[in-house]
Amino acid sequence: MSSLQSFLHMGGYAFYVWSAYGLSFIVLILNVVLPLKREQQFFRALIKRKERVSKNK
Amino acid sequence: MFEYFYKYGSPRHFYDLSKMFVPWLGGICLILLIAGLTGGLVLAPPDYQQGEGFRIIYVHVPSAWMSLFIYMVMATAGATGLIWKVKVADALARASAPLGASFTFLALVTGSLWGKPMWGTWWVWDARLTSELILLFLYLGYMALQTAIDDRRTAARAGAILALVGVVNIPIIHYSVEWWHTLHQGPTITKLDTPSIHISMLVPLLIMALAFMFYYAAVVLLRARYEILENERNSAWVCELIEQRRG
Repeated sequence: MSSLQSFLHMGGYAFYVWSAYGLSFIVLILNVVLPLKREQQFFRALIKRKERVSKNK
Repeated sequence: MFEYFYKYGSPRHFYDLSKMFVPWLGGICLILLIAGLTGGLVLAPPDYQQGEGFRIIYVHVPSAWMSLFIYMVMATAGATGLIWKVKVADALARASAPLGASFTFLALVTGSLWGKPMWGTWWVWDARLTSELILLFLYLGYMALQTAIDDRRTAARAGAILALVGVVNIPIIHYSVEWWHTLHQGPTITKLDTPSIHISMLVPLLIMALAFMFYYAAVVLLRARYEILENERNSAWVCELIEQRRG
C-alpha cells in the first residue's frame, strides 16, 4: 500500500476519522460563508431602498 | 479612560475595528489549522490502544472546549449588556450563540463517531454526554428567543437571563466525569503535573485548540458586526456606509 493510501485508510478507522473531520470542516466553513452572505444581502437591500427613495424625490 | 471605552465601545468604532481585525485573526487561524492538522494527522504517532482512530481527538476536544468557553463568553457579554446597557456586548452575545451551538454539535457528533468504534455505541445517556446535549439545547433555546422576539433590546435581555441561568450547566459538564461513573474518559490534559498524553500528541492538540480560539474570535467579530448593522440600520453612519458602497 502506498503511503497516501494508508494515510486515507487510517488503520481501518477511515469512515469515523474522515467523517469527523469532513463534518467539522463543513460546519466551520458555513459559519463564515452564511454571515458574509447575509451582510452582502443587507447592504444590497438598503442600497435598493435608498435608490427608490431618491428616485421618488 | 471612560472616553476610551466610549470611543471603542460605540457601535461605529466596533464596526471599523472588526473590519480591521477579522482578516488578521482569520489568517492566524488558518496558519494554526495547517500546523495543527499536519501535526495531528501526519506527525503524531498512532495511539497504542486506539491506533489511528484516536486522531478524532484533534477536532473533538477543541470543539468541546470551545462549546464551554463560548458559553461563558455569551453569558458574560449578556450580563454586561443587561447591567451596563452596552450595545456591543449584546451583539457579541447574540453572535456567539450560533458558534457555540456549532461547536457543541461538533463535539457531540465527533464524540459519537469516536464512541462507535471504541465503545461500540454511538450514544449513551451518561453524565458527560447528557449534560453536553443540554448545552446544545441551551444554545438553541437562546437562538429561538432571539428570533421569536421582534424587539432586539427585549430579545437581548431575555437571552441574557436564559444564558445566565444556564451557566449552572457548565461546571456540571466539566466535573461530570469525576462526579459520576461514566463511559467517557476522565481529563487527560488538565492534570498538568502528570499529563497522560505524549508530547507529540499533545502539541498538535494545543495548536488545534488555539486555532479554534482564533476562528471563534474572527467569526464572532464578523457576526457581531452584522448584528450591529441590523441594530443601527437607520443611523447616520450606516447611511454613510451605504452611500460609499453606492458611489
